[in-house]
Amino acid sequence: MGPVYILWLRQVKRYLRSRARVLGSLGQPLLLLFALGFGFGPTFEKAGGGNYIQFLAPGIIAMGILFTALFSGIEILWDRKFGFLKETLVAPVPRLLIVLGRTLGGATIAMFQGAIVFTVCLVAGFRVEDLSMLPAAFAFMVLIAIAFTAVGTIFGSVLEDMQAFPVIMNFMVMPLFFFSGAIFPLKGLPKALTAATSINPLTYGVDGLRGALTHGPAFGLGLDFAVLGVFAGILLVVGSYFFSRIEL
Amino acid sequence: MTAAKPDMITVRDLTKTFGDFRAVDQISFSVPAGKIFGFLGPNGAGKTTTIKMLTTILKPSGGTILVDGHDPVASPHEVRRSIGIVFQDPSLDDELTAFENMELHAVLYGLPREGRREKIDEFLRFVELLDRRDDIVEKFSGGMLRRLELARALLHEPQVLFLDEPTAGLDPQTRNHIWSYIQSLSKEHGTTVFFTTHYMEEADRVAEEIAIIDHGKIVARGAPEKLKEEAKAKTLEDAFITLTGHSIREEEASALDSMRNMRKMWKKRR
Ligand SMILES: Nc1ncnc2c1ncn2[C@@H]1O[C@H](COP(=O)(O)OP(=O)(O)O)[C@@H](O)[C@H]1O
Ligand SMILES: [Mg+2]
Repeated sequence: MGPVYILWLRQVKRYLRSRARVLGSLGQPLLLLFALGFGFGPTFEKAGGGNYIQFLAPGIIAMGILFTALFSGIEILWDRKFGFLKETLVAPVPRLLIVLGRTLGGATIAMFQGAIVFTVCLVAGFRVEDLSMLPAAFAFMVLIAIAFTAVGTIFGSVLEDMQAFPVIMNFMVMPLFFFSGAIFPLKGLPKALTAATSINPLTYGVDGLRGALTHGPAFGLGLDFAVLGVFAGILLVVGSYFFSRIEL
Repeated sequence: MTAAKPDMITVRDLTKTFGDFRAVDQISFSVPAGKIFGFLGPNGAGKTTTIKMLTTILKPSGGTILVDGHDPVASPHEVRRSIGIVFQDPSLDDELTAFENMELHAVLYGLPREGRREKIDEFLRFVELLDRRDDIVEKFSGGMLRRLELARALLHEPQVLFLDEPTAGLDPQTRNHIWSYIQSLSKEHGTTVFFTTHYMEEADRVAEEIAIIDHGKIVARGAPEKLKEEAKAKTLEDAFITLTGHSIREEEASALDSMRNMRKMWKKRR
């Protein structure tokens, strides 16, 4: 497990040393929190939805994690470009451990970002309803982080073009976010939208997180956890597969 | 003890094609254990491609390789344990310190925790970087980066050290430094060294055995003295011209150097 730990530590150190990295991926989630939270809030409340920040915050936290996790895949492209990838690929270490270390590193950073967004949400008026459910919320954050870091790993392993990566990621972030139930309740949606949200893995993350933090899950925490867990597991395997096929 | 040393590297009919282009074309050679072996050739001759195949990161299109008794295709793990590499292009993490880069390597290669720190310091001292131990690598000069990469490649005490153009782009003083480390290593530890270069005079000075590669084919093999004698040339440089009919210097200050510069500029803007 030494290699997994040291590669994890590397990612964390690089994150902590770069202020640009910390701030860069906070922009979008915070923008959405303020624009939607304060813009839509009054309408949502008038329609009888309850406190909108209370509804929205879990989705925004999930978004913060999603964004950082997906973009962590670009580190593979950087490492390929600037050579460090070779150092890891000629080491007598199974690629599975390398990709595991990298993914856990990326997921940890996504968790840091999620924690920062969480804090900002608290400042904006969000309240956790049952503190004893925080460990469950933490578990959902971890699953979201791992699943989407693995997606980032897949794209980071397959793409060789530095310009293509952010374009594709941006293309994925918005639909994942909008069709996840992060900004509107899942009940009573048109059929097409229900279909889109129910195949979106982030939906289960948002729902689980919301359930844990504010008592309002649509599916039940058990189902959320199972779906997201299976999904994260599959993505990890697929990510490892693509990473292990990298040639230099 | 038998008289003839066993071969550390054996290559038979090794070939690599990219599409219908033959970058390496049926080359054969062997490197005796403990020797310093120079692989010479102009840019684009196929040196890096050969090193990549010897070091498990590229699959050959044909032929066989044995490194320290293992086949890089069938048992990459065993080969990886036996070898240390300094790649042609940088491969450090420049957001980590010199020590952290070394430590990462030590852990990847499974060096025991106790004594790790001391060992890292010992190798940093060997390449005269101990005083820069805790500095972020980004600020290092080209020569320092090269020395750090060398120290890192030696940290796990490999049987064979592969060096792909270890001195390219460095000033003469740093080049001398690097060669003196390598020679002392070979003398004191009996490490086998396989290096590539397009600086003929360095190969002449340092290598005990040489193979000259041009357009993917080996055109001459043997000790530097023998090659010069055969070609009736004063220097290896002249021997190269006699053997290949062209100069090795054609594309010096090559595309590669300009790419390096571009990278530097690009990184500054990041
Ligand atoms: N991945 C690749 N795809 C296509 N051609 C390649 C690839 N790698 C190397 N080559 C070509 O193979 C030849 C040998 O390259 P290389 O081994 O890097 O030469 P050297 O290291 O001797 O300068 C060059 O013509 C190079 O352009
Ligand atoms: Mg080369």
